[in-house]
Amino acid sequence: MLEGLTPTTILLDEKELNSAQDTLAKNQLPTTRMEAWKYTRVAKLGKTNYTSSEETVVSMDAYRIAADATTFVFVNGHFSEELSSDEIPAGVSISPLSACMEGEIASTNLVLEGEIFNALNTAFLTDGILIDIEAKATVEKPVQIIHVLKGEATLSNFKTIINAGDFSKAGVIQGFFAEDADKAFANVTSEISVGTNAFLTIDKIQYEAENTSHISTEQVSQENDSTFTINTITLNGGLVRNNLNIEVIGENCETNLNGAYLLKGKQHVDNHSVVDHKVPNCNSNELYKGVIDDKGTAVFNGKVFVRPDAQKINAFQSNGNVLMTDDASVNSKPELEIYADDVKCSHGSTTGQLDEEAVFYLRARGLSEKSARKLMVSAFIGDVLDKIENEDVLNFTHGLLKDRFGWDFE
Amino acid sequence: MITIKNLHASINGKEILKGLDLTVNAGEVHAIMGPNGAGKSTLASVLAGREDYEITEGSVDFDGTDLLDMDTEDRAREGLFLAFQYPVEIPGVSNINFLRTAINEIREYKGEEAMSAKEFMATVREKSALVELDPKLASRSVNEGFSGGEKKRNEIFQMAMLEPKLSILDETDSGLDIDALRIVANGVNTLKGDDNASIVITHYQRLLDYIVPDFVHVLYDGKIVKSGPKELALELEEKGYDWIKEEMTL
Repeated sequence: MLEGLTPTTILLDEKELNSAQDTLAKNQLPTTRMEAWKYTRVAKLGKTNYTSSEETVVSMDAYRIAADATTFVFVNGHFSEELSSDEIPAGVSISPLSACMEGEIASTNLVLEGEIFNALNTAFLTDGILIDIEAKATVEKPVQIIHVLKGEATLSNFKTIINAGDFSKAGVIQGFFAEDADKAFANVTSEISVGTNAFLTIDKIQYEAENTSHISTEQVSQENDSTFTINTITLNGGLVRNNLNIEVIGENCETNLNGAYLLKGKQHVDNHSVVDHKVPNCNSNELYKGVIDDKGTAVFNGKVFVRPDAQKINAFQSNGNVLMTDDASVNSKPELEIYADDVKCSHGSTTGQLDEEAVFYLRARGLSEKSARKLMVSAFIGDVLDKIENEDVLNFTHGLLKDRFGWDFE
Repeated sequence: MITIKNLHASINGKEILKGLDLTVNAGEVHAIMGPNGAGKSTLASVLAGREDYEITEGSVDFDGTDLLDMDTEDRAREGLFLAFQYPVEIPGVSNINFLRTAINEIREYKGEEAMSAKEFMATVREKSALVELDPKLASRSVNEGFSGGEKKRNEIFQMAMLEPKLSILDETDSGLDIDALRIVANGVNTLKGDDNASIVITHYQRLLDYIVPDFVHVLYDGKIVKSGPKELALELEEKGYDWIKEEMTL
């Protein structure tokens, strides 16, 4: 798997690199015998000989989510200066990791020991982006990171670091796409810290290809009075695994995790989240909804910890799935681990088919079967799309839904 | 308008309709009454195209087209409307959004231009007033959280919006109090015209005080066993269905 790869040239901490190498030397790819990977097979990743090739894309038209944004483009993880914005708005500094000096990249909060994909990402880091949002800055224009996989059996080890300064407010859009990519693999990590009373929103669109793989891990920590929101929209990708680890270390925080996944063909999408409430007086809301067509398989595993003495926590978690065919399947596992006694927590999971009686009702009023199903799917997934505040992201999502599924939801 | 000949239909191998004949002309209101299990709702379902039923024999001509050969949506587009006995709740699907889609798909089917947003909203206002349906309900999710009476009024509201040629009201009166019944009946009567017709399926004669039928038919054991003028309904109310059963065995 790794023979064709060269170790990273990004100036990361020596100890971290050693730790990553050590993990790679001592561990195999996870198997379905491991609880965290029970429903997601990654063995095929080990059978591919990856390379990290530099490619360019000719047109950005299909990938530009927001027209008015500060855009940074990476192809197979390599920074593309000519496709990226020259101007960086006030209040924020942005740099590709390859341009960072020694010591500029702070030590990681990713778990490297035993976490093979984090270790792979670190040891063979292709490139990435460092976004520092200054304290008290309100950044009106979103920062848009576009990542395109291109070519055969390419592996991109890509990293995003976001430091949202105290009292800052910003939005980051992440778009993951593929172009003529065969068996390509994006192995992505994000390290995100949300400062005191900061507001950070991430809109993440995953639209790679049916034979690409994508594994991403977001490691987020929240300080006092901060609000962190991430909307994950997964519409294409053969194997997709999203690990979302949120550590709420400050009081009076709000955490919003929303996700929509629409699968067809043989797609597999796995959303794993952990929200760890370590301190009192915080709210977290998680809403994930999926529509699974053809032979698609989805996994939802959402875990909420409420640590001892983390009182007055409100944690809500909900996962809903609609299976469009008999071959579609989902494994949904919401989990709560509560060690405090004055909390409000709930979780729920539903999986079903579209209500055929409702489809008949709509048809009996003159709607075609296709329109009837579309309308009902749109109503179902609309709860999640309603959470997206950035209109450009929402419009782009609607465009993808139309392109890929022929669903015109607007 | 509609000519049903020797209609046989079964579900899960059990025959429910056993040779039903019925002809309804434009401008007429026909009431179909009958005891539980006679096949009243089956008739409504079969005409609307519910796929659970198998048609084993017979024909249905709807204004020159073979109704049984059409999909549910095409029957609706040709002007057939079924007011459901149990209107379905559809969370998240807005009543008026779906109606607008329905109207425009029907128009497209007929080769007509789409209805403008302005015209549509004006029609919504007019027709919701007809059945005294709160315009707020009109824009809410289909039937979600509606009371029984509101659901039935919503059916008649949709009927008014779609202006069907033939309306089949399947036990629209059941569960309604007298005020709701009056409103529903008033809606139906207002929509009545020379070029449309209704089949009113009911268990109770009460509805027929408000929607006066031209003909009353008794459906029993999968067939129409007796037809007569509106007075037949009163006779049924008074004497029940037993005398019909007795007549049949004679």
